[in-house]
Amino acid sequence: MDFLVSNFAEILFYILAGLAVLGSVGVITLKNPVHAALSLLGTFFIVAVLFVLQHAEFLAAVQVMVYAGGIMVLFLFVIMLVSVRDLKTQAAFLSPLVPVAVIGAILVGALIASAVLLGVFASGSGSAEALQMVDGEVLGNTEAVGMVLYTKYLVPFEVVSVVLLVAMIGAIVFGRKDRFIEEPEGEVGL
Amino acid sequence: MPEPILQLLLIPLIKIVVLLVVVLLIVAYLTYAERKILGYMQVRLGPNRVGPKGWLQPVADGLKLLVKEDLVPGGAEKLVFIIAPAIVMVPALVMFAVIPFGEPFKVAGMTVTPYLADINIALLFILGVSSLGVFGIILGGWSSNNKFSLMGGLRSAAQMVSYEIPMGFAIVSAVLMAGTLSMVGIVEAQRAAHIWFFIPGVLGFGIYWVCGVAETNRNPFDLPEAEAELVAGFHTEYSGMKFALFYLAEYANMMIVSAMAVVMFCGGWLPPFPNLLAGLWALPVLAWIPGVVWFLAKMSFFLFCYIWFRGTFPRYRFDQLMNVGWKWLFPLSLANVMLVALGVLLLKG
Repeated sequence: MDFLVSNFAEILFYILAGLAVLGSVGVITLKNPVHAALSLLGTFFIVAVLFVLQHAEFLAAVQVMVYAGGIMVLFLFVIMLVSVRDLKTQAAFLSPLVPVAVIGAILVGALIASAVLLGVFASGSGSAEALQMVDGEVLGNTEAVGMVLYTKYLVPFEVVSVVLLVAMIGAIVFGRKDRFIEEPEGEVGL
Repeated sequence: MPEPILQLLLIPLIKIVVLLVVVLLIVAYLTYAERKILGYMQVRLGPNRVGPKGWLQPVADGLKLLVKEDLVPGGAEKLVFIIAPAIVMVPALVMFAVIPFGEPFKVAGMTVTPYLADINIALLFILGVSSLGVFGIILGGWSSNNKFSLMGGLRSAAQMVSYEIPMGFAIVSAVLMAGTLSMVGIVEAQRAAHIWFFIPGVLGFGIYWVCGVAETNRNPFDLPEAEAELVAGFHTEYSGMKFALFYLAEYANMMIVSAMAVVMFCGGWLPPFPNLLAGLWALPVLAWIPGVVWFLAKMSFFLFCYIWFRGTFPRYRFDQLMNVGWKWLFPLSLANVMLVALGVLLLKG
C-alpha cells in the first residue's frame, strides 16, 4: 500500500505509456481505417494525460484541442473515400513490408539512442519546475509557456507561423476550381 | 479513516455523484420545460397527461426509452455504432467538473467548494473536451451506413470546425479581461472589477452566444438534424437508450454553453449588477441568497433563450451558415480580440 502511494505517479506513468504504445501499434495494424483513426485519437489523448502527469497542463489541453481537430479532418477523408460496405474487401496496406520495417527499426534505434544520450532513463529531477521559473519568477504553466515562446523562442515561433501561412495559401491556390473565372454568387454548399 | 483518503477520494466521490444526479435531473426536466414552453408559445398545453401538469413526463420518457428494443442496422459498422453515443455523452458530462456553481462555504468546520476542480486551464480543458464530443456525432453518422446519417455527421463536422474558431476568439476576449484561464478566477476578476464582462465585452459575448448555439446544433443552426431534408440526421438509425444518450448529451451541452456564458460574461455566482447596485451590496436579502441560486437562475435564463430561439427562428440554409461563420463571425471575433486587448492595455497599463 505504501509503495503504491509513494510511487503512484510512476506506476500511472508506466500504465499510460503502455497504453499509448498499444494505441500507436493499433494505428498501423488495424485494417479498418476508421478504427485506426480512433486508435490514433486514443493515443493522442493518453499522451495528453502524460503531459498532465508532468505538470504541463497547458500542453495537454492544446494537444487534445489541436489533434482532435486534425484527426477530425483525417476522419472526413476516410469517410469520403471509404464506405462501410467496402470495408470488408479492403486489403491491408502492408505490401512493401521490408523497407518499412527497416525504416521503422532505424527510427526506433535513433529514439532509444537519443533517450540514452540525453539521460532520460537517469532518475533526474523533473524539468517541470525548471520551466515554470522564468527570469527567477515562478509562473503558472500557461504563463510560463507564453513567456518562453514570446521572448526566447520568438524568431523560430514567427518562422513557423510563416511556414504555416505558406501552406495555407498553397492549399487555397490548389483548392480553387478555376483560377480565371469568378465563381457565381450564392451557390449552395455541401 | 486517514485524513488524505477522506480528502482525496471520499469528498470528490460524493461531489461527483451529487453533480451527476443534479445535472441529469436538470437535463431530464429541461426536455419537459422545452416542450411546455414551446407549447405555450404555440398556444397549446404541451405534455399534461403523466402526473400533475405532466411533471412525470420525463420519467415516463426515460422508462420508455430504456425498455424499447435496441436495434443495430444490418449494414452498420457495429463496434463504432455502439460506442458513438458514449463518445458524445462522456465529454458532455466531464465538462461539468470545472464549472464553478458557487463560492466556497463552510459546513461543520470544513470548507466545501461547490465545484469539482478549479484548474488553471479550465477554459482550455472545456474547449478540448468539447471538441471530442463531435467525434461521436460523426462516427454515429458514418457507422449507420445510411446516407441521411452520413450527411448529418458531415454537416456537424463542418459546422463544428467553422464555429469553434470564432468561439475560441470570443473566449480569448473574456480571458484578456480576466487575466486567467481558471473559471473561479474569471468570476473573482468580475467581482474585483465591479462589472460583469458582458458590459465591456458585449461584442465577444454576442459572438460567443451565437457560436454556442451553433456548437450545440440547436435551432436555428440545427442543420445536422434537419427533419425536412435528413429525416433525423446523424441519429436516424438510433433507437432506445442509444438515441436517448445523443438526446441527453445535446441538452447537457446546452447547459455547459449556458454555464460558460454565465461564468465568463455574467458574473458567475455573483448577485446581479454590482456596478448599478453598489450601495445595495450589503443588503441582507441579497447577501442571504446563496451564490448557487444566482448561478442557476442565470443559467436558466440562457437555457430559456435556447428554447425561445427554437420557437422563433427558421432554420438557416447550409451556405448561409458557412457564410455567417467564416465571413462575419470570424473577422468580427478577430477584431473584437484586438479591441479588447487595446482596451485592457489602456485601462490597466
